[in-house]
Amino acid sequence: MAHELPFIAAIDEAIRLEMERDDTVLYFGQNMATTENEPYVDAFGSDRVRVTPISETAEIGMAIGAALTGYRPVVELYMAEFMLVAMDQVINEAPRFRAMSGGQVKVPVVLKAGFGFTAGWAGQHTGTIGALFMGVPGLKVAMPSTAADAKGLMATAIRDDNPVVYLHHYLLTLEHGEVPDGEYLVPFGQAAIRRDGSDVTIVATGWTVDRALGAAETLAAEGIQAEVIDPRTISPLDTDTILESVAKTGRLVLVDQSTRHASVSTVIAGDVAEHGFSSLKAPIVQVTALDATIPYSEPLEAWVMPNEDKIVTAVQQVVGSAPVTA
Amino acid sequence: MPELDAGQALRLLGTMWRIRLFEEQVGALARSGEVPGLVHLSIGQEGVAAAVCSQLRADDAVYSGHRAHGHAIAKGAPLDRLMAELMGRDTGLCRGLGGSMHVVDVEHGFMGATGVVGGTVPIALGSALASRLRGDDSVAVVFFGDGAVQAGHFNETVNLATLWQLPLLLVCENNGFAEFTPRSAHTNVERVSDVVAPYEVERDTVDGNDVVAVFDAFGRFLASARAGGGPFLLECLTRRLRGHYEGDATKYERASAENDPIERLRSRFEADEADAVRVQAEAEIEQAVRFALESPFPPAALLEDMVYADA
Repeated sequence: MAHELPFIAAIDEAIRLEMERDDTVLYFGQNMATTENEPYVDAFGSDRVRVTPISETAEIGMAIGAALTGYRPVVELYMAEFMLVAMDQVINEAPRFRAMSGGQVKVPVVLKAGFGFTAGWAGQHTGTIGALFMGVPGLKVAMPSTAADAKGLMATAIRDDNPVVYLHHYLLTLEHGEVPDGEYLVPFGQAAIRRDGSDVTIVATGWTVDRALGAAETLAAEGIQAEVIDPRTISPLDTDTILESVAKTGRLVLVDQSTRHASVSTVIAGDVAEHGFSSLKAPIVQVTALDATIPYSEPLEAWVMPNEDKIVTAVQQVVGSAPVTA
Repeated sequence: MPELDAGQALRLLGTMWRIRLFEEQVGALARSGEVPGLVHLSIGQEGVAAAVCSQLRADDAVYSGHRAHGHAIAKGAPLDRLMAELMGRDTGLCRGLGGSMHVVDVEHGFMGATGVVGGTVPIALGSALASRLRGDDSVAVVFFGDGAVQAGHFNETVNLATLWQLPLLLVCENNGFAEFTPRSAHTNVERVSDVVAPYEVERDTVDGNDVVAVFDAFGRFLASARAGGGPFLLECLTRRLRGHYEGDATKYERASAENDPIERLRSRFEADEADAVRVQAEAEIEQAVRFALESPFPPAALLEDMVYADA
């Protein structure tokens, strides 16, 4: 059985269910008692649900310490960029503890943050920075694109024994979707094929998955059948599913809201170029944000972002129905 | 409040000798190339580690920074496996994957050290929170130098620990130098205990080379923490007798051995009694070096299991 929920409520449902299921799950964040998160305090008490000051380093460091000594904290960071304040804890401490201790300890922490709020939120609240974390051994990075996955990936993240950066796209916040009732887990490292197709593979993450699906409809009218893959977690990354699809279609377009040189798409392009080269009938094309700080001005913001038209053009290019632009 | 009796004092002397002789050996092995990488010795500061850790239990979580060998030893880390760790061997506490700056010994409650100054201070806060949530009388202790105090995470941690009254014992080894630079060049606040004054943290500044003074002051705070109090800050004024790292030319400082914590405690005992403790430590370290040298390096396949823990 399923029910309909907005994306953001699906995440909440997972956290609530996990907190009911497991007393060691804690929830930290800066405004926990005075916002829509207040019901957590009412339900689980201010011991487990902690209102923190604006102290990202202490919030994340504290989560790591609590995790090292028996708990499973979820840290609500609101904006992915706020994690950058505490990069020592996110990159040097959380994911390295297990390896540097020779496997003596584990750090089951979830760092939850919204990202990509390209709705006039300017240069520090709009970044798609997940790829910064995917290259850190020991960190896992989840990036749901549907309400169901938002729930299932959060539940999996909380049960995972490793630090997980859970990134939810802010433009999806109020998107509604069918969400399975009760316990629902989505495994990490398993991509979802959102649309079957035989002519071209499109891999997209987060908010761009729906843009890719929209582009695929437009292309279908032209007789081009696109397969759309959503990795769901970018670390671990399900490269196998992507390679299998490319073996079938022979063409690959990668869509990512990140700036080009810190993008998931660049990593996938490298993997496919190395392991799937013989399948390729055309060069890989990437549709990413331009290498620019996201501008505040609305037309310029739209200009740097990937969109359906850019995806359509890229696909037309790789299938040979549009001229290659320099 | 615990009073230091003669038996305890002798054990503290033994711990200090074990740290001192272990680290002298590490220094020699670093020079000969058996111990690779960056090594920071705590020679001259052993009194703090011994006095603090001797009063702790295995379920008390201890964290440290880059100068951590002494804290690990005092908390109970076996010298042979610690030496093997420093030589990068498979039998090391962390299977040779952590090394000098990242020793972890979970069995003895030595939960971790970091190469980034102050990085474990907020992590210790989390273990203090865990102690409080479990509702037992365990505590969290973090060792750090005076250099960590100027970093933001120190203040973030003190703020939260006081706001939530967590059983966190902040032990500052104030050796007057942040890496290569005297404290006076980094801050106008001479005493670390003054830095936390606005938070009304219960605090004390003691002569860190007077083992009895450290033992008493820490014991007082520890008893309060076990009874539900906290946090506490104990500033131990001490002195590094070596450079920041092994190989440091130490042009910035002339170390003096006048205030050596080992010499000061040793004067309380008959010479042969004190020497026996030293000889015992020497034998243990000799065995530890042999154990480490005979141990294999870890297999590359080990790394595959280290990236992620299985859920």
